[in-house]
Amino acid sequence: MIEVRGLAKYYGRQSALRSLDLRIARGDFIALFGRNGAGKTTFLRILAGLARPSAGSCRIAPAAGGAGRETAARTRGRIGYLSHHTSLYPDLTALENLRFFARLAGVPADDAFLAGRIGAVGLAGREREPVRTYSRGMQQRLGIARAFLHDPDLLLLDEPFTGLDQAGADFLKRYLVGARRAGKTCVMALHDAELGHQLASRLVVIDRGTAALDAERDSLPLDAFRARYAAILGPQPPAGGGAS
Amino acid sequence: MRRLWAVFRKDLAIELRTKDSLNTMLFFGIVVLVVFHFALRSGEVEARAAAPGVLWVAFAFAGTLGLNRMFAAEKENGCLEGLMMMPADRGVLYLGKMLAGTVFMLAAEAVIFVASLVFFNLEVWGELPWLALVFFVGTLGFTAVGTLLAAVAVNTRMREVLLPVILFPVVLPVLIHAVEATALVLGGADRGELKLPLAVLSVFTVVFGTIAYLLFEHVLED
Repeated sequence: MIEVRGLAKYYGRQSALRSLDLRIARGDFIALFGRNGAGKTTFLRILAGLARPSAGSCRIAPAAGGAGRETAARTRGRIGYLSHHTSLYPDLTALENLRFFARLAGVPADDAFLAGRIGAVGLAGREREPVRTYSRGMQQRLGIARAFLHDPDLLLLDEPFTGLDQAGADFLKRYLVGARRAGKTCVMALHDAELGHQLASRLVVIDRGTAALDAERDSLPLDAFRARYAAILGPQPPAGGGAS
Repeated sequence: MRRLWAVFRKDLAIELRTKDSLNTMLFFGIVVLVVFHFALRSGEVEARAAAPGVLWVAFAFAGTLGLNRMFAAEKENGCLEGLMMMPADRGVLYLGKMLAGTVFMLAAEAVIFVASLVFFNLEVWGELPWLALVFFVGTLGFTAVGTLLAAVAVNTRMREVLLPVILFPVVLPVLIHAVEATALVLGGADRGELKLPLAVLSVFTVVFGTIAYLLFEHVLED
């Protein structure tokens, strides 16, 4: 589904990725680990089409043929991207935010459908309040509803549990378990080895801009993974670390 | 078309709620009029003759502030990322933002123009349709380029400073011909003389609008 070859990204003289090779098959659920600055966010941004690689290539199998711009737009329609930002307009209500993104995504924009999505992330009754009045955790929940509004089959998640309370984290875990069962593909950047091991089918550690470890989860029990993780990156930091 | 309207209506809803862009544009535009009013009154230059230039200086600076504000709002909470990830041709995002920028700028221009009638003692009631046409075509030319360059500037550290630096040299032909057309209308010239500046403004808008539509998705990416 996704083929990454010799991927490199430089910001001036600073390299975020050096030479990353990765093949991601349909249905792979990848937990991506690495130190802050290892290139996880950069990798996800390139996959999402938000950044251009400096060298190498990153190809997502097209949904169908067609002209370049149309194919790119259709490919974006299959991707759900959740970054550190919620991508929500603070001066619009939750309903207005989702209605706007639904119209752009070409999915139903009626209030009942959107209120259902808002309710699903535990924000029922708050639909008509401006997002500016929401707490960080509530905004993160609504950001999840926005990112998955169009039922994407490729999920790109950058530290998705950051800022979520227990209920929000439980919702996201349930969603990801369901998405994995449904055969969706996912690449999520995390710092919590145990959480990643629990949710993913494949574990990838990026170090110095390349893949230092790429293993099937079932072939690597948690303790063994922790040992490999520590050997590459040092001891496991507390869960919910910062950006990469 | 539905997506273009969605972007426009979203920007309009936010602006009607916050009035961030309009307040900034109006404040700056009126200050420009006040400064020129006093400068020209004490000099020998006839204020009426200077009005076209003063008006377009006020429009251009107010428009720059408005475009900057419009894109700065997209950076808050990473909204621009969310827009870029939508399965829509990114050129449509450009058209939606350009439409919103044009409407905000025209609204600010209307108020600034009414104020200029007082400051420059203008009587132009019979010329209003022609002035409206010149303002509309000139503003389209300005926002066709301004929307693209505001998207370039918003991804840099010096966004507020960078936009005027890169915008004004490119948009200079628009300003020159808009001033010329405004002067012709205010001077009571034959309407046939308006053809050339209006044609130049229209061609500029179409050419730069097409280029901007095609380039917009590239300037948004890192």
